Amino acid sequence: MKFDTPAGRNPIDQLKVVGKPTDRIDGKYKTTGTAPYAYERHDVVANQAYGYVLGAGIAKGRVRRMDTAAARQAPGVLAIVTTLETPRMERGMMNAAYLFGGDEIQHYHQAIAVVVAETFEQARAAAFLVTVDYAPAAGKFDLAAEAKGAKPVPGDSGEGSGGNGEERVGDFEGAFAQAPLTFDETYTTADESHAMMEPHATIAAWDGDKVTLWTSNQMIAWGHGSLAKILGIPKENVRLDSPYVGGGFGGKLFVRADAVLAALAAKAAGRPVKVALTRPLIMNNTTHRPATIQRVRIGATKDGTITAIAHESTSGNLPDGDPETAVNQTKLLYAGANRLTAMKLAHLDLPEGNAMRAPGEAPGLMVLEVAMDEMAEKLGLDPVAFRIRNDTQVDPQAPERPFSHRDLVGCLTLGAERFGWAKRNAKPGRVRDGQWLVGMGMAAAFRNNMVLKSGARVRLDGTGTVTVETDMTDIGTGSYTIIAQTAAEMMGVPLDKVVVRLGDSAFPVSSGSGGQFGANSSTAGVYAACVKLREAVAQRLGINSADAEFADGQVRAGNRAVPLGEAAAGGALTAEDSIEFGDLSKKQQQSTFGAHFVEVGVDADTAEIRVRRMLAVCAAGRILNPKSARSQVIGGMTMGTGAALMEELAVDTRRGFFANHDLAGYEVPVHADIPHQEVIFLDEVDPMSSPMKAKGVGELGICGVGAAVANAVYNATGIRVRNYPITLDKLLDDLPDAA
Amino acid sequence: MVGASAAAALAAAPNGARADVNPAGTDRPVMAKVSLTVNGQRRDLDLDTRTSLLDAAREHLHLTGSKKGCDHGQCGACTMIVDGRRINSCLTLAVMHQGSEITTIEGLGQPENLHPMQAAFIKHDGYQCGYCTPGQICSGVAVLAEIKAGIPSHVTADLDGPMEATPSEIRERMSGNICRCGAYSNIVEAMTEVAGKQA
Repeated sequence: MKFDTPAGRNPIDQLKVVGKPTDRIDGKYKTTGTAPYAYERHDVVANQAYGYVLGAGIAKGRVRRMDTAAARQAPGVLAIVTTLETPRMERGMMNAAYLFGGDEIQHYHQAIAVVVAETFEQARAAAFLVTVDYAPAAGKFDLAAEAKGAKPVPGDSGEGSGGNGEERVGDFEGAFAQAPLTFDETYTTADESHAMMEPHATIAAWDGDKVTLWTSNQMIAWGHGSLAKILGIPKENVRLDSPYVGGGFGGKLFVRADAVLAALAAKAAGRPVKVALTRPLIMNNTTHRPATIQRVRIGATKDGTITAIAHESTSGNLPDGDPETAVNQTKLLYAGANRLTAMKLAHLDLPEGNAMRAPGEAPGLMVLEVAMDEMAEKLGLDPVAFRIRNDTQVDPQAPERPFSHRDLVGCLTLGAERFGWAKRNAKPGRVRDGQWLVGMGMAAAFRNNMVLKSGARVRLDGTGTVTVETDMTDIGTGSYTIIAQTAAEMMGVPLDKVVVRLGDSAFPVSSGSGGQFGANSSTAGVYAACVKLREAVAQRLGINSADAEFADGQVRAGNRAVPLGEAAAGGALTAEDSIEFGDLSKKQQQSTFGAHFVEVGVDADTAEIRVRRMLAVCAAGRILNPKSARSQVIGGMTMGTGAALMEELAVDTRRGFFANHDLAGYEVPVHADIPHQEVIFLDEVDPMSSPMKAKGVGELGICGVGAAVANAVYNATGIRVRNYPITLDKLLDDLPDAA
Repeated sequence: MVGASAAAALAAAPNGARADVNPAGTDRPVMAKVSLTVNGQRRDLDLDTRTSLLDAAREHLHLTGSKKGCDHGQCGACTMIVDGRRINSCLTLAVMHQGSEITTIEGLGQPENLHPMQAAFIKHDGYQCGYCTPGQICSGVAVLAEIKAGIPSHVTADLDGPMEATPSEIRERMSGNICRCGAYSNIVEAMTEVAGKQA
């Protein structure tokens, strides 16, 4: 199905099932520990051996020699595959660093061997017997030092944000020089780790020249093609299966070493092998969100109208890596006649920087929305009013392009009202609650809505059960449930008459999960397949499909009503289709909007920061399931709070690695860090996005929330920290005298 | 740890390839018999003594509900209830639990026979990807029992007074269970509901 005209009325608009806050249909499996994740598939193949991955102990250089003799002699060892014995393997889609093979080390903890043994304990013990002789080389590890030589580069996050190295509208420098009020500050954001709870893991089994990988991957079709390329075998000889993914956040968009090494190890051992990256390996072996240095300049008239805005970002990456697209939202979020955005990239020899939840916007809004807070104060304007004054209904770089639907102002005003923003004291450091300095902060949220081709197969059987198959993944996003809701709505059956099977490369190719494109795209694909199935049902029953009504488990036309299952009495009916998106998303800008409001307390003596209240108001088209969508938003708010207050991969700039590479050293928010969170969805639809009229919401929650936290800390203390995260050491020296 | 070179010393983390050889690593594994009562059933195992309680469950008993998020006691995904107390099962060896009564997530309830805490997690959407969930639920059940038993926490203001499952008590006691999807707000609501029903 081609989607190239705005959606009219369709069966989804009935909202009998779609749009309801339904409990997740996979909930009973996840809560009982019976949902099978990659490393746990004891049932799929017998005789699984254990692979243990070794990572390089240097950041850059060469492996001169590896001695595996003792390890090969160790009890239980079945095989060892080393990088020196393996020619450098091709990279998969979007891999900047090589995953395995050859003697060159590009980053710390790059995989250099996998040791296979009968048991995990034996594999681990034997891995420690491998000795490695390195020829280390000097590398570049310090972004601040390398930033001076960084060059402007185009870049794309692969998740809906990107652009040229430099983009201009009007005359920024001239307008900035003439602006009555100007603002110019530089900020830094830290390297961050996805730290999803399930480690990257794969079981690989060969059957002749065919290999099956039970793995944990967000994008099955990408992974499928990438593994075929990396292993040098035809795609039809590779199968991936990821029915449950224990979190990804972008860290599992692309094939990683666990999958490649499981396949190599299984071949070498002559039996199935399971490999999980150990937690201390993950942060340096896989990808991370790159640190940035960002400069924002704003020029405005005295009444707060922006006349000039510039946002420049510098980040680092390996030679084939991309820049962090942190300036992207600044092209679209606020009006202003004269504009400049620029991305620069420095060469660093740290582990690969790549997509992490809302790549670009998460660190970009962390900075832009603090800058807006600073500028509002300079103007003597309320931060909410300043944003409303500079709202735009068109793409500021191409004013002939309107937004398909944009209600940022609605989010801001409703949020301010519900949060009690009017009670905020604009003068910082003035509100006390016992030992706590209390402050409120807010920020706008913004994230583009991407649409990707997505397919599905639906089957109706004689019992009236509808089975949906698509290679879409559920990474915690609620895909199982919203896909079931879509099929139930389309076929007129209750939710328990729908079976959803996901994550298998044998199923039709879907959008996959990333860039908050999955929910809208994949359900639209299911919609397309269901339209075909409805036609097949009508034809089988001899009904004109235009007259057929699918409701209550029946097909009705005129005064005839037939149980749906009857259409499949003579054999199951199957339909397959994809949704393909035309140029609607080019003609009009599709984005999602929100407003974050946060209250914090800062201990007047110790500078300990506690988040006390959080509210997000989101405008993201039709919300397919308000319960799971709300969870996506609060999850983003939680991760964004981490970025604002604690998350930082500490770079050892001498040795070139992230020193705090586990979950004790790399701090993420825990229960005690997060208060009750509120989310309000504006009631809206966007017919330009898809027949579902929905947009993405999975990343909107993380966009801007960190800035709202930072602005609240400023309002509480009067201390403006511009190097994130805001750890208490950055506040202690300047705390107001505790009276 | 002493390495043969600076680079090797750097790699002394468990995953870095070490340059020094530990001859002890070539020894045959030491095996031991251990009997556990898991979810009410006696299970007799003959295990490599290096096997963690978590791996005994996941790899030997095929009870994969308990998750391995870090294998270092940093995330709580492996939480089991052992002899009435919740522990990180990755930080203890199976052979240390001869005769122990162990409850894993599979023992609390099953898909068609849910424990009230499991049902409350579903109702309040106290999870997303599901990987930390069994640990959260095992911890959640044990936390409410700890509060009922009057065991104080860091945030307990009155050590002698009646103890209640307030949001702040729940948040403090649950902070060893990381949820990267960020379902904390919903988990607290699920636990509060169960605590209310129990009271």
